[in-house]
Amino acid sequence: MLARLGHRLLAGIAVVLGVVTLTFVLLHLAPGDPIDIMLGPSATAGQVAAQRHTLGLDRPVPTQFASWLGRFVRGDWGTSIAKGRPVRAILGDAWPATVRLVVLSLILSYLIGLGVGGVQAARSGTRTDTALSVITVTLFAIPGYWLGLMLILVFTYWTQALPAFGAAGLDSDYLRGGSWLLDQLRHLALPLTALTLIGLGGAARFVRGAMLETLSQPFITTARAKGLTTRRVVGRHALRHALTPVVTLLGLSLPTLFSGAVFVEAVFAWPGVGRVLVEAVQARDYPVVMAATAISAALVVAGNMLADILATWVDPRLRHHA
Amino acid sequence: MKRLLRDRRAAFGCSVLLIVVLCAIAAPLVTNGDPMSQRDIVVTRFVPPLSSDPHGVFHPIGTDRFGRDVWTRLVYGARISMGIGMLAVLVSLAVGIVVGAVAGYWRGPVSLALLGLTDFALAVPRVVLLLLLAALWQPSTVLVIAVLGLTGWMGIARLVHSEVRSLAARPFVEGAVAVGARRLRVLARHILPNALTPVIVAAALGVGNAITLEAGLSYLGLGVQPPTPSWGNMMESGRDVLVNAPWVATAPGIALVLVVVACTLLGDAVRDVLDPTTRHS
Repeated sequence: MLARLGHRLLAGIAVVLGVVTLTFVLLHLAPGDPIDIMLGPSATAGQVAAQRHTLGLDRPVPTQFASWLGRFVRGDWGTSIAKGRPVRAILGDAWPATVRLVVLSLILSYLIGLGVGGVQAARSGTRTDTALSVITVTLFAIPGYWLGLMLILVFTYWTQALPAFGAAGLDSDYLRGGSWLLDQLRHLALPLTALTLIGLGGAARFVRGAMLETLSQPFITTARAKGLTTRRVVGRHALRHALTPVVTLLGLSLPTLFSGAVFVEAVFAWPGVGRVLVEAVQARDYPVVMAATAISAALVVAGNMLADILATWVDPRLRHHA
Repeated sequence: MKRLLRDRRAAFGCSVLLIVVLCAIAAPLVTNGDPMSQRDIVVTRFVPPLSSDPHGVFHPIGTDRFGRDVWTRLVYGARISMGIGMLAVLVSLAVGIVVGAVAGYWRGPVSLALLGLTDFALAVPRVVLLLLLAALWQPSTVLVIAVLGLTGWMGIARLVHSEVRSLAARPFVEGAVAVGARRLRVLARHILPNALTPVIVAAALGVGNAITLEAGLSYLGLGVQPPTPSWGNMMESGRDVLVNAPWVATAPGIALVLVVVACTLLGDAVRDVLDPTTRHS
């Protein structure tokens, strides 16, 4: 088990390194220059050269990469070219917002997805099943940014019930206790709903499939033959068994959810890693792009490893195959 | 095929896709004409759906902020969006089939390297890569197709790989080898045609996925550039006028959801028909 984890960890580190290298090469291959964006069209050639030298952009690319990697590993992530703030401070402010959004929506969408998929499998072929299938397929197809816009239209413009932008109100620093929490929750409501609904479609579809497969197995027939109620057969026997593939998918859907979060964050001006990344890419902010990419890649790898560990935890048989 | 046509999901998926594709092909016939045409902006902008502007032109889904007919742009946008989706999937299919087939049929270092490459590419966060590529180079339709295609082949490669590997052990392949067929011929004429059905299902799902991602990129301003209409940049242009003219952002979104649902249902139906184990459930 430990050896396997170690192996996975090494492979994961290799992937993160690969992604970071790829990003670095792409950044330097691409046309366009952060200096142009920084100094504007009126800068003289001398100013540009001086600025380039200050930022170390005039050295050969492999040297730049090696020195960047060395500093990155030691925790020195550099300073944002566009904003002048340390990259660690920018990402340090951003990641809790993204993690809050992604983790909460992951939990919610899987809890609801388990319920919906379970009901569908238990009543497969009935009208309830068909109706729920239509809903989950539609949710599965809706792009996050568009769902976000529609939520804003209904809840912000038409009913004026919920705020659509940012993670906290302008007066949030002066709020205490209950009203502070309410402000946070109100701002979280729409982005979380958007992200949860998108994840829900996929989760419910998958749970339904896994449950249907389980329900056709001999041990379920035995349970039924013993005279157990459908509720007990589905809830106690089938659900546990169907949980293995679902848990695997849970870890694997972290990256997808993170991708969804990039768009949802853009719509709701949510101050997370996704928005930082989009802004940094558009401004050619090399240090921020590099750090944000490294972190996203690490998140993806961590998600895959988590899936692996969870799956072995849910299904003890997997421990022996390792 | 008969079973497929009797399946309600397949019927729905096929009809939606057929209607959208036909509309896109016959765009000049079913619309008011040029998707970029603007007349007197002041009087023709934000005409609500199902009404006529002061020039007497009827607008089924209204006009946008430049007085352009939303229905016309939607139909011409279908050309772009569906075209990008399909071409991107073709690129993915080409790369995925080659990588999967080679890795599945020849064992040894090449196979291992290709599998490693696939796993690596699978672990790369796709949206991050898309953002980087689309933002760093001048956004264009060709770039979007290439980027979507080159970041979407891994699933297909894995699928082809496992299919080829299992087919290669079957007696009919052994038979083909026994009568002296060359390896490449065995692969191309005997194994691949049998491996393609699940690939087609994956491709159907991939088209929906690619259309959504294209719209996402265009929404961020990194995809198809205005004034050329695509569903993504139409949604983006509707964002700022959400209060005055909600139809501008709503219409392309509904079209996109319909197409993706159609692709998903069609894919599901084809898979169920082809896979005898789910036939009885």
